[in-house]
Amino acid sequence: MKIGYFTERPVRWLPEEVILKNGAHFAVSNKYYDREKAADEYNYWIDENLYAEELGFDIVALNEHHGNPFCMGSVMNVEAGILARLTKKARILLIGNPLPVIKHPLRMAEELAEIDLISRGRLIAGWVRGAGSEQFFNNANPAYNREYFEEAHDFIVQAWTKPGPWRYEGKHFHYRHVNPWALPYQKPHPPMWIPGVLSPETVQWCAERAYPYFGLGTSLGPTCDLWEFYADTAHQAGYQAGPENFGYVVPTFVAETEEKAQELGKGFLYGGGQNSFARVEHTLPPGYNSKDAIRRLAKQPQGSWLGISGEKLRGHTEERVIDAEEIHRKLEPGYKKAQSQLNLIIGNPKNVVKKLKTIMSVIRPGAVVMFNVQGPVSNEDRQNSMRLIAQEVVPELREHANQLGLVDALERKPGLSKIQAGTKRVPVSDRGPLKEVGLA
Amino acid sequence: MIQTTEETQNVAGAQLAIVKGGSGKPLLVFHDELGYPGWMSWNESLGHDRTLLIPLQPGFGKTPRIEWARNYRDLAGYYALVVRELKLDPIDVIGFSAGGFIAAEMAAADPHIFSKMILVAPMGIKPTEGEIMDIFPITIRTHLLATVADPAGTPEFSRLYGGEMTPEVFEAFEDARAETARLGWEPYMHDPALPHLLRGLKTPTLLVWGTADHVVPRGCIDGYKNAIGGAAKVTLIEKVGHRPETENSTEFERLVRGFLSA
Repeated sequence: MKIGYFTERPVRWLPEEVILKNGAHFAVSNKYYDREKAADEYNYWIDENLYAEELGFDIVALNEHHGNPFCMGSVMNVEAGILARLTKKARILLIGNPLPVIKHPLRMAEELAEIDLISRGRLIAGWVRGAGSEQFFNNANPAYNREYFEEAHDFIVQAWTKPGPWRYEGKHFHYRHVNPWALPYQKPHPPMWIPGVLSPETVQWCAERAYPYFGLGTSLGPTCDLWEFYADTAHQAGYQAGPENFGYVVPTFVAETEEKAQELGKGFLYGGGQNSFARVEHTLPPGYNSKDAIRRLAKQPQGSWLGISGEKLRGHTEERVIDAEEIHRKLEPGYKKAQSQLNLIIGNPKNVVKKLKTIMSVIRPGAVVMFNVQGPVSNEDRQNSMRLIAQEVVPELREHANQLGLVDALERKPGLSKIQAGTKRVPVSDRGPLKEVGLA
Repeated sequence: MIQTTEETQNVAGAQLAIVKGGSGKPLLVFHDELGYPGWMSWNESLGHDRTLLIPLQPGFGKTPRIEWARNYRDLAGYYALVVRELKLDPIDVIGFSAGGFIAAEMAAADPHIFSKMILVAPMGIKPTEGEIMDIFPITIRTHLLATVADPAGTPEFSRLYGGEMTPEVFEAFEDARAETARLGWEPYMHDPALPHLLRGLKTPTLLVWGTADHVVPRGCIDGYKNAIGGAAKVTLIEKVGHRPETENSTEFERLVRGFLSA
């Protein structure tokens, strides 16, 4: 099993009130941008990732978002290039490059090849479709989002593997001279792990290609369902899916005492947390989701996906609550609920170990990536959590993984466990432990 | 009440759904970017003299999306094939908002396809001043309410759009928005070449604009007028927004009837 480290690199100087009044993180005016603080922070984030490697994390993971103080990684390949040089052995996992919004797959192939070369083969590429808000930010036509994604991916794999020069006339991308003089260090190309929030279309796409799929803090019940869907698709493709096909990114914060962890862990809800990443009108631009997904959402009066419900979608853009105290009152029970449902893992090392073991037993991932806290938590408290995780949590997780037989995609290449037609596949998740903690 | 039909026919390589109602000389109607909401009072009024042919835009739910059509000019090309295959040309046309964009593209490509053209708050040309409202980063309900100057005082608007937004209605709007985005995302709801291609058009054209329109600015109307020149006449309807046909249907019908019969 591989254990990774991840942070969104949140803007920590922004008063929460500003985010709340905007109704979300996306579209907060950059008049609040502090260049001096940003310069300090970018350097700190590099150092924090180096510290993660020093602590023994197998992977340092990066992501990017656009026009959004939720995450300072606007161009993660820049950070990845620096880490490629400064780290020694950690894998550099990108979760992931938003292909449809970057719209230049040849450039992407070159950038990633350089990162892989500088790191001497430690890059793990990952692709995403980009958040809905990012279609607006980058003016990427949302109705072509999935087509852009798939075509860009196919092109990049070709650019990495097919000797040039050659010409490419696709539907959305056109290149008259494909012959990059930067090819990945790894042959035929870096591994590709795909993060997501349980879109069935993406899960299927991954399974068809035996790409590991990473749930981004997704609820465990639906994650089990989609894991089994992945395994069904894999079965049809002729292989048995296993832990090597799955990963999980889990928001985790640890302190010596439960009380301190609980207080600082509230940073995950800063500015409304993940569910206030973007306002409803920015989350689902027209055509961004499949018709099936829209149909499911439209029929869902309550409940939500990234804070979006059918009810909100049918409402007014202007309907925003900006009473900070009221928001906090609403968030408090949500904080406890998210922990009881194992969506947020916060506590002292002993309690956190127990919860993470449950998650591992249920969804049996080959890799787990710890997502550090959001909000204005100090460097010292962040690093303390990292250290406690590395020293007191990870050893127990590794032992648990060994007992469960959780191998990762670097140990066992996904898709190689062939199964004969007519043979039943084995399950890839286990809801039993969910029942034990009252979540089934 | 005029009886209407909705028929799907294989025309120009696609299964096109067309709403048909009324009697008399055909009048082609292009609905707006949110789709055809149903038989309206102005349809009923004009239907006594004219046969209204209202194609339901491909990709909006009834007619399947035409994959090869990737912008409004492509879609206009498809509709031009429809008009020719059905032997309708030359035909009078009326287009609303993005439907006006479609009609204008058709006229630009084939100056003889229409005998008369009415463009109501048309998108399609970059406004000489102001901007076409970005309808994508807002919810459907907010968009709808922005289309009329006085939603509460517009009974027909309330009848058409004021009811509960059921999942089915929501899905239909989402279909329309997705297809509109696919065709008109960039450049946003206009074609930089269109004003150049409309130059010198001889087709008598009526440009209708509500003075309280928040979706399409007056600059679009001026852009069309500048491009077409003498064949285009600008008509303003006071105190109405983007839907003069429902906000002041009496005046709208009078203008349309007068223009078509002149």
